[in-house]
Parts: sequence; C-alpha cells; structure tokens
Amino acid sequence: MAAAAAGPGPGSGPGDSPEGPEAEAPERRRKAHGMLKLYYGLSEGETAGRPPGSDPLDPTDLNGAHFDPEVYLDKLRRECPLAQLMDSETDMVRQIRALDSDMQTLVYENYNKFISATDTIRKMKNDFRKMEDEMDRLATNMAVITDFSARISATLQDRHERITKLAGVHALLRKLQFLFELPSRLTQCVELGAYGQAVRYQGRARAVLQQYQHLPSFRAIQDDCQVITARLAQQLRQRFREGGSGAPEQAECVELLLALGEPAEELCAEFLAHARGRLEAELRSLEAELGPSPPAPDVLEFTDHGGSGFVGGLCQVASAYQELFAAQGPAGAEKLAAFTRELGGRYFALVERRLAQEQGSGDNSLLVRALDRFHRRLRAPGALLAAAGLAEAATEIVERVARERLGHHLQGLRAAFLGCLTDVRQALAAPRLAGKEGPGLAELLANVASSILSHIKASLAAVHLFTAKEVSFSNKPYFRGEFCSQGVREGLIVGFIRSMCQTAQSFCDSPGEKGGATPPALLLLLSRLCLDYETATISYILTLTDEQFLVQDQSPVTPVSTLCAEARETARRLLTHYVKVQGLVISQMLRKSVETRDWLSTLEPRNVRAVMKRVVEDTTAIDVQVGLLYEEGVRKAQSSDSSKRTFSVYSSSRQQGRYAPSYTPSAPMDTNLLSNIQKLFSERIDVFSPVEFNKVSVLTGIIKISLKTLLECVRLRTFGRFGLQQVQVDCHFLQLYLWRFVADEELVHLLLDEVVASAALRCPDPVPMEPSVVEVICERG
Amino acid sequence: MPKELEPGSHESPDDSSSTAHSLELLCHLDNTAHGSTACVMWEPTGDGKKVISLADNHILLWDLQESSGRAVLSSSASLEGKGQLKFTSGRWSPHHTGTQVATANDTTIRGWDTRSMSQIYCIENAHGQLVRDLDFNPNKQYYLASCGDDCKVRFWDTRSVTEPVKTLEEHSHWVWSIRYNHSHDQLVLTGSSDSRVILSNMVSISSEPFGHLVDDDDLSDQEERRPEEKSQEPPQDSVIATYEEHEDSVYAVDWSSADPWLFASLSYDGRLVINRVPRALKYHILL
Repeated sequence: MAAAAAGPGPGSGPGDSPEGPEAEAPERRRKAHGMLKLYYGLSEGETAGRPPGSDPLDPTDLNGAHFDPEVYLDKLRRECPLAQLMDSETDMVRQIRALDSDMQTLVYENYNKFISATDTIRKMKNDFRKMEDEMDRLATNMAVITDFSARISATLQDRHERITKLAGVHALLRKLQFLFELPSRLTQCVELGAYGQAVRYQGRARAVLQQYQHLPSFRAIQDDCQVITARLAQQLRQRFREGGSGAPEQAECVELLLALGEPAEELCAEFLAHARGRLEAELRSLEAELGPSPPAPDVLEFTDHGGSGFVGGLCQVASAYQELFAAQGPAGAEKLAAFTRELGGRYFALVERRLAQEQGSGDNSLLVRALDRFHRRLRAPGALLAAAGLAEAATEIVERVARERLGHHLQGLRAAFLGCLTDVRQALAAPRLAGKEGPGLAELLANVASSILSHIKASLAAVHLFTAKEVSFSNKPYFRGEFCSQGVREGLIVGFIRSMCQTAQSFCDSPGEKGGATPPALLLLLSRLCLDYETATISYILTLTDEQFLVQDQSPVTPVSTLCAEARETARRLLTHYVKVQGLVISQMLRKSVETRDWLSTLEPRNVRAVMKRVVEDTTAIDVQVGLLYEEGVRKAQSSDSSKRTFSVYSSSRQQGRYAPSYTPSAPMDTNLLSNIQKLFSERIDVFSPVEFNKVSVLTGIIKISLKTLLECVRLRTFGRFGLQQVQVDCHFLQLYLWRFVADEELVHLLLDEVVASAALRCPDPVPMEPSVVEVICERG
Repeated sequence: MPKELEPGSHESPDDSSSTAHSLELLCHLDNTAHGSTACVMWEPTGDGKKVISLADNHILLWDLQESSGRAVLSSSASLEGKGQLKFTSGRWSPHHTGTQVATANDTTIRGWDTRSMSQIYCIENAHGQLVRDLDFNPNKQYYLASCGDDCKVRFWDTRSVTEPVKTLEEHSHWVWSIRYNHSHDQLVLTGSSDSRVILSNMVSISSEPFGHLVDDDDLSDQEERRPEEKSQEPPQDSVIATYEEHEDSVYAVDWSSADPWLFASLSYDGRLVINRVPRALKYHILL
C-alpha cells in the first residue's frame, strides 16, 4: 500500500483512480489473505509476495504485522505536505471501502457454504442410523449359519471316514485280484502272441511280488509268473532268432527282451549278428549285380539299390541300436561304429568296383547323379554315426571318382587332338590321290581349332556337373577349391594345352628328321594353331574356365602369360622345323642335280635345267601354302614390282662385269681379292636361323637353305666351260624368279653370285657366257 | 713320314713341283677298278705299311711294299644296299691295335674290323642328313665323334649305338670337320660352312676326371684348395670360343701334332688361320 501510495507520486492525482482498483486488486487480495493467515497462526515470515526490501517490523508498513497507526499517522503528518496528506486520506478511504465490500462478499459466500454443509451432515446422521440396524441383523444371521454348518459336518464326519477306508480296501483288492489273475493273463497273452502286453503286466507286477515274496501265496504267484515269463522270453528269443521278420519287429523283440531283464551284452551281440546277416545278404545281391558279365543295370540303378537296400538297412539298424542300447554307453557305441565301419567298407569296395566299370563311359550326368544319390544316402547315417566316418569315406570316394573323371577327360581331349591331327593328315594326303583340290589349309585349320574348342567346352560342361548347386557334394571344400583350381584349371585345361604343345613339338624332333614322317603342311598348320592359341584362344579358354568354376582357391595357378609363351615357343619351333624340312626337300633336289651330272663334258647350255624350274615351282607352291596361313610380312623397301625385273637384270650384268675380268689368267689374285672385299661389306648369312611368323620370313629361310646347299655342292665339283655356263644360266633363272619371295633380294643376289663365282673357280677353262645370251635363254625358259 | 707321303701318292704330280722339297712318287694305289676315292687312311700305329682307302662303296685295305714300291690290295669289302651307296669319310681307330675303322656313308656310320673286313656296328641315322666327318677319341677307346649336314655334332659310344651320348648344336650350317685334341680329349674342334670354327670343352665325356683327384688325397692341401675346388665343382660342357676370322666356309680343322694347344683351320677362300687355346683354359686344364 505504501508502494502504491508512493508510486504514483504527487503528480498522479485523482485522474488515476479509474485504473486504481484493477491495479491494486492483487495487492488487496494478498492483504486479505495475509489477514486470514494471521488469523490461522501462520507465521508472518512464510507469507510470500511481500515486496522485497520492506522491513516486516516496520511500524509504518500498512500491510505489516507490526503496524502502528500512531506511528504511521505521525510519520505522515511529519513528512508529507498537505496535498499529499489529502491524497493519502482519500486513498485510504477508498481502500477501506473496497476492503469492506470484499469482506462482506466473503462473509456471504462462506455463510452459504456453512448452511449446505450443515444440511449434509444432518442427512448423513439419519442414514447411518438405518445402516447400523441392518448390520446388526446381518451379524445374527451369520451366526445362525455358522452354527448349522458345524452341526452338519459333525454329523457327516463318521461316514466320510468309512468311505475313505472302503475305497482303500477296494484298490487293494483290485491289485490283489490283478496279482492273482496275473499268471492266467500272462499265459493268455503269450498264447495270443500279445507279447508287449504280457511284458507290460509282468513289469507292473514284478516289484510288488518282489516285495511280498515272503508271503506264501504271493510266492506261489511269483513262481508261476517266473515260469511264464521264462516261457515268454523263450518264445521272444525264438522269434528273434528266426529273423524272418524285418528289422523293426526284431527291434521290438529286443526291446521286450530288454524289458524282461535279459542281459544286454548278449542281446546286443545277437542283434548285431542278425543285422549283419541281413546286410550281408544285401551286399551279396549288390555284388551279384556287379557280376563278371557286363553290368545290366546302369550305375544310377546300382547306387539306388545300394542306397535303399544296404544304406537304408544300415540306417535302421543303427537307429534301432542307438535306441535300444543307449544304456550301453561308449562301449556299445564303439561296437556299433566298428560294425558300421566294417560293413560300410565292404559296401564302398563294391561301389568303387562299380564306379571303376563306369570310368570308360562318356556319360557324366548319369555318373554325377549316381554319385549324388550315393553321397546323399550316406549323409544321413553319417550324421547318425559320426564315429564310423562313413560320410568322410563317401566324400573321399566321390572325390576320387571326380579326379579319375578329370584324368579321363584329359585323355579324351588328347585323343581328340590326335584324332584331329589324323584327320588333317588324311585330308592332306587325300587330294593328291584324288587329283583334285581338297579343303584348303585355312579351312582345315578352322576345323581343327573349332573341333578342339568344342571338345574342351564339352569336357568343361561335363566336369561342371560335379560342381552343380543341386548336387549334394558340391559344397564340400574339395569341390569348391581344389577341384576347380587344381583339378579343372590346372589338371584339365592347362594340362591339355601343355600336352598339345608337347605333341606338336614332338613332330619337330622326330628321329628320322627327314620330314618323311610328318607332312610339312601339318607342321605349318600346327604352327599356326599354336600361334592362334598364343594370341587369343588360351586366354579365352582360361577365362571361360575361371568364369564357369569361379576359382576361389588361393593356390598358385599357371598364369596365362606362361602358357602363351609356351605356345609361342612351340609355334616358333614348328615353323622353323617347317622351314628346315622344306629347305631340305629343295636342297636335296639341288644337290642331286649337281652331284649326278658330269659337268666336265656337258654341252653348251640351250635351256634352263628342268630342276631349276622345279625349284621355282616348288617354291611358288610353298609360297601359296604359307600364304594361306600366314601374313605377308615386311620386305625391304627397295622391292617394287615394276623396277624389280630391270634391277635384277642390271645386277646380273653388273655381276658379270665384276667377275669377267678376273677370269683372265693374268690376274688370278683379283678373284680372291674381289670376293673377299665383297664379303667384307656383306653381312654374314645365318642359314638355319629362327624365322618370324610371316610368309616372307619363312620363304627367305627356305631359299637361304636351298641356295647355300647349291653353293656347297657346286664347290665340290669340277666344271668344264659349258658346265660353268650352265650354272650361270641356272643362277640367272633362279635370280629372275626367287627375288619376289624373300625379304631382302640382295641376299639372293649375293648367294647366287657366290655360286657362279665358286663354279668359275672350279673351272679350268672359265669362259662365261654373254649376259645377253643368258637372258635370252632364261626368257625362253 | 706318312703325312708327307699322302699328297704325293694321289694328287697330280705337277702340284708337288712348287714345294721346296721335291716329292717323289713312292707308290701308286691302283684303284681304277673301284671308282673315285673319297678318303685314304694310314694305319695309326705300326710301321706304316697299311693304308685303307674308301672308293665309292668299296673299302680297300692296301699293303705297301717298300722294296718293290708297289701297293698290293690285301683285302676289301663293299657296301651292298639299294641305291648308290657311297662312302663320304672314314677314320681308323687308334685303339684295339688298329683293327677298327669307322666309315660314314649318307646318314649312317659303320664300324669295320680290318682283320676280317666285316661290319662290327652300324649307327643308322646317326645324323639327320649327310655325315661329313668322324673322329675317334684318342684316349677313350669306344668314343667317336661325328658331324654332318644337320648342323649337329654328336658323340657316340660304339658299344651302344641307339642313342648319342651327347649332341651339340652350335653351328648354323653343315659341319665339315671335327677333331679331338690329341692329348686333352675334352677339347673338340669343329669347322663349318657357316664360316665359324668352334672350340668346345666336353668335360662330361672326356677321359680326364672331374676336378683333381690328387688334391683330394692330399690332406695338407685340402683346406687351401677347398674354395677353388668348389668353384670348379660343376663341370659344364661349354663352348670355349667361336672363331670368326674366316669369311667363307671352313672345310678343315686340325690340331698341331707338336703343340697340343695350337690348331689350324682352312676355309674356302684359302685362308689358313692358326689359333691357340685360350691361356686361362690351358692353365685350368694343366694345373
């Protein structure tokens, strides 16, 4: 209130009053609350909302607890001017009025509430009175009921005890009756063959009879029972031994016998012996199927029989055994494992014999299906009898068969390759006999390549069956890893490519080396084949293999580059050998022609000798043959067809000019000097040098070999004048026709010059023929 | 003595006029009945009274009678077979007291017994093409070297003739001549029409043992020798040197009969080249 009084200040005046009540309302309410609180004894300190800073003990505080009107008035009168006094007076009056009206409202509201509360209390009082009466009545009734109930149970107590006793007696009597009836019942059961029932009865009664055997009557029953039980056991054993019935019934017999307390050891042995008998019969029937005669049922049927007959039986025996003799412990399990191992081993031996018979056949899908069935059948007992290791053994057999199949396919591929070669040989030999053109070399090459490729693909597809997803053994580690990488990739594909290269190379070192064994065209074809393999086919095949078999194994594999290098080497060797063989053929022709002629007494040359024409013809034929398979290759730039002829003529005339003067006896030294000087500037010729993979290089090699032979042969002979002239003519003829085949025609010129020079040296009367005449003769030839 | 006689008895007499000593015709082998002579061989040991000549397909043994200056044909044999068989060369073995001769015709090498003039052994297809020359190992009695038109040099054990003991393929054209060194038979000389002369060291089939046996026995030296011996341990057949002085085909090579380290080669252009075995190799062999 002080704040309110001081807040507006002297300047605020009555103009503020309309807003005053609203602004002061919370203040006033708090004040009223404060009073109520005071009334109800709440300490002044706990009242919240006091304006901070105001001292609660301040006697001038209108709202404080220690308000002293006198002090307040004193203070006002002392401190305030008159106008402010007047203001505070009107303010005070207004506040008092408002407080009054508030007070009246409060009192009115509270009064109403008091009245309604009083009414309610009065009504409650009436109701409670009524309820009290009813509760009293309820209590009396309950007491009556309790009384009755007690009386009824008292009366029934007696009967209840008697009924309980009677029920006990009845049960006992029934047990006794069962006991007394037991012998007859057992007999009846045995007679009817309800052995199970009998054994159950016996089992129920045994303990009781055991307990009360000191009583004579019970003892009699027990004796009877024992006799019957003995008979029962006897009959069961009998039935068990007869063994005619199937495994389940036997198992039942054994179960009953065990329930009768027969010794488990003995039963176990007997059980296994019976099982063995049955399974051996199965094995015998399988063996009969195997037979010495060609096996009638296919391998799939065989494995089916084995699977259903033997493996099924073994499964039944094993599961029955495990159920029956579980109590035997590890010793029993061991016995079973030994039993399974032995019989399983015999079964596997039979299966392997059968599979071995299958090795020769080409049908992989049937074999894989058979193996799949075999493996699948054995997985179940394998899980049942981990100790016997049947599954592992089965997997091993499958792996072995897979390996053998790989070997078989490799053999097949090799045989196919050799077959292809034989076909090619025949095709090469045939046209000569028939006298007409057979298939061209290029066509033959394409045939061979495609047939080998299709064989490889077929083998891959056949082998791929082993890793098919639906085959039960394909997820074994061997088939996922080693089979793919070592078996298929390395063993089959790489092995085949290697063996192909080896086979091809073996043509190079055939012992005769006369080339008679291998037709040169075959060498050429093989060489091209190997080169094609090097450039494309090997990487294609290996990529195909890697894709099909998704090689996951990390073991090192032969890289493509190694194989390519091998193939290239083979191709190179074959081509070099081809050059040697063809060179030899022409060499022999030239050598014979030089050696068998009497050069001293030959006539003046009129013609080119037929053998030279033959050499040119053969060289042309070789050129055509090589051209079918190999590219042209690079010649030295100087050779252009039009200039060729004139150049060769020019060269021939120049060569004439060069050695012509040397024949005069006056200057015998010049010959040597000239030829030596010429050699000083010419490159040394390596005659049997490796060739490159193109036509020109091949032809150059062949011509080099031939001409060198000619040179050496000429040097061993002695020539008359006309002999020399004949050589001159021949060489000129060769020069005319051979330049076009070689990479560097200078080489031909050089060698032929040598030949003529050598002949001249071996001639006692060296008079060369006029170049123009030589030309005329050659033109005419 | 025999070497000098040889040219005199066969070549035209006017050739000898140019030599310093004039040659005197001692004896004439009358071979007109047998075709052209391919090769004449003196008996390697003995008194030099026997000569064998190969003429076409005949092998003829002559007895020289010094007193009368006549050569008497003492025995002969001839090759029979289809086609025209011609001997190309031959060698008289220095072993077996001069009773064995080896001859070559086409690709075949034959051994003959001079006492009975019958064939002892026959190496069919000794080379892929013509066999050009033969030589016997002077220290190992059954070893024979041959060379031919297939550019190969082959070593044979005449006791088992199905497979060559060793094959060399160093030349690039026909090999015309092959000679064992007279005293160190691991040194083999070959001359070829590729104008090269090759000196090979055939340690593995030589008569000299690997390493030095004496050193092994000598315990005091053993420790010093050890490292050296280790380095020599793997005896490798190798080409010692290729001589390329010739400009044309080399037709003959031979060792000096006086100095075992000296050899000569002769080529078509008339060049005679004399070479020495490399000094390092010489010391290696000697020490």
